[in-house]
Amino acid sequence: MAEFLQFAFSGLTVGAIYALVALGFTLIYNASDVINFAQGEFVMLGGMVTVFALAAGVPLPLAALLAVIVAVGVGLALYKLAIAPARGASAVTLIIITIGASILLRGVASLVFDKNFHSLPPFAGNKPFMVGGAALLPQSVIVLIGAGVIVLALWLFMTRTLTGKAIMATAANRLAARLVGINTGAMVGLSFAVSAAIGAVGGILAAPITLTSYDVGTLLALKGFAAAMLGGMGKPLGAVVGGLMIGLLEAFGAGYISSSYKDAIAFIVILVVLFAMPQGLFGRARVERV
Amino acid sequence: MNRLAASPYTVVLAMAVVVALLPLALHSTFYLRVATLVFIFSLVVVGLNLLMGFAGQVSLGHAGFFGIGAYAVAVGPASLGVPSWLALPAGAVLAGILAFVVGRPVLRLRGHYLAVATMGLGLLVAMVFNNEAAWTGGPDGMLVPHLSLFGWRVHGPLSWYWVSGVSLVIAAWIAVNVIASPTGRALRAIHDSEVAARVLGVDVARYKLIAFVLSAVYAAIAGSYYSLFDGLVTPEAAGFLRSIEFVTMAVLGGLGSIVGSIVGATVLVVLPQLLTVFQDYEHIVLGLVMIVVMVFLPAGIVPSLAGVLRRKSS
Repeated sequence: MAEFLQFAFSGLTVGAIYALVALGFTLIYNASDVINFAQGEFVMLGGMVTVFALAAGVPLPLAALLAVIVAVGVGLALYKLAIAPARGASAVTLIIITIGASILLRGVASLVFDKNFHSLPPFAGNKPFMVGGAALLPQSVIVLIGAGVIVLALWLFMTRTLTGKAIMATAANRLAARLVGINTGAMVGLSFAVSAAIGAVGGILAAPITLTSYDVGTLLALKGFAAAMLGGMGKPLGAVVGGLMIGLLEAFGAGYISSSYKDAIAFIVILVVLFAMPQGLFGRARVERV
Repeated sequence: MNRLAASPYTVVLAMAVVVALLPLALHSTFYLRVATLVFIFSLVVVGLNLLMGFAGQVSLGHAGFFGIGAYAVAVGPASLGVPSWLALPAGAVLAGILAFVVGRPVLRLRGHYLAVATMGLGLLVAMVFNNEAAWTGGPDGMLVPHLSLFGWRVHGPLSWYWVSGVSLVIAAWIAVNVIASPTGRALRAIHDSEVAARVLGVDVARYKLIAFVLSAVYAAIAGSYYSLFDGLVTPEAAGFLRSIEFVTMAVLGGLGSIVGSIVGATVLVVLPQLLTVFQDYEHIVLGLVMIVVMVFLPAGIVPSLAGVLRRKSS
């Protein structure tokens, strides 16, 4: 039981980060139909900017805020300079643009920062809680609570505020949204900004546990994308469930089966789920218009 | 003239001429090496373009098939006593069989779901190469013995230039034939609309599978060439970044264009060679080039430029 709990804790912690990345994918996809493979770079920026600002003597809360601002700026620049000018291009062309952006950001990060691994000091000490015989790090609790708060805040923003509803309307039908006077371009830009902020916060929260370096983005983008697809593309709830599921599968796979094949176990489950439910767990079948 | 230029066979002929004459201009072994790499990657991308550009099915896992070919000529001679000349086609057949078996369930998925499923397959293959160290040498990879064909030891840049160049011309010729055949028309119909194609009596699953298997075989052959040419194979040959590289080559050059495949492969093989001068700035420039090309030439280099020329002339 203690072992089971231990694996569950580590799975949930990593899964929460995947969930945040997947949520970022979902937000941008809903607003613009773009699969943003640079999503992982926002997580990288969150962690790296905080680490380097902290090293430069900036207190942690300010350093974290700075990191979020940098990521949001990069997200907006990505939209303004690369995505908006290519409006009307095919989905796969837009994907290549975001992959180009992710290579570019990685290159800039390796130059501005360095190529080493870094970690942040845990926000609330290193003394683990003992739950049912398993150790739970305070930082894991912070990651889980942080992710929960973000999901809740996002839900409130989307359903309770006018701006959030305008983003939802843009996602549902761009033309109709424009007809009722919504500035759809600004809404898509905003969703890039929100998505970047979510990624950056994820990166900051996770940095004390998972370490960060200029190239952590690729793997996170891959896992986040897989999580978003597992849940059903465009479904925020699906993204969260998908992310947590992949985190748990990896942890249990590594613990009970084989640590070198932990990624294999997650992907085999994804393949099986997609074979049975081609639209993901929460997706609905789309009708193709001819 | 116009009709001649439009004929896909002219393209293959032009390629054959270029492959035949290029060594006259390439004096150093370095240039021959780069040309050989261009041919090897073009081989993958021509196949991938059949799947992506004509059938409209995305694959983020083709490095898996590339890796199967690459490891077949390494593991075959080292552990199974299979000589290289036999291991190469065996690898291609193995990749083809794998594509055939997994193709049916995987190709039922659409769009991004297909992308994530193929990505998963590629990762699974790469993981096997990484973890089965007793067979594959694990993350460090393993040495690959030279290929001997009827007593001819294929070795050195010039030999590999000819092997890969001739293979590419043959592969392009086959691809052009497939595109011009009823299979090619069926694939394009599927690309435009699966439902409409099905209504017209096209066996959608079967034609997608044909394109998938063919592209997997191309990738495996190219993978074998790559590791034989290099003399070393590591799991990176089958890695996710390789898959992304293949897709980028196909899209950058232009989906649905054989010349585009070769242009895309050339850009992404030659560019990093040029950029080694810039060292630290290599990734920045590479990323910028990808963004700028795709923003200004969204259909890919060859189709977009061809469109501009057509508008100018008319």
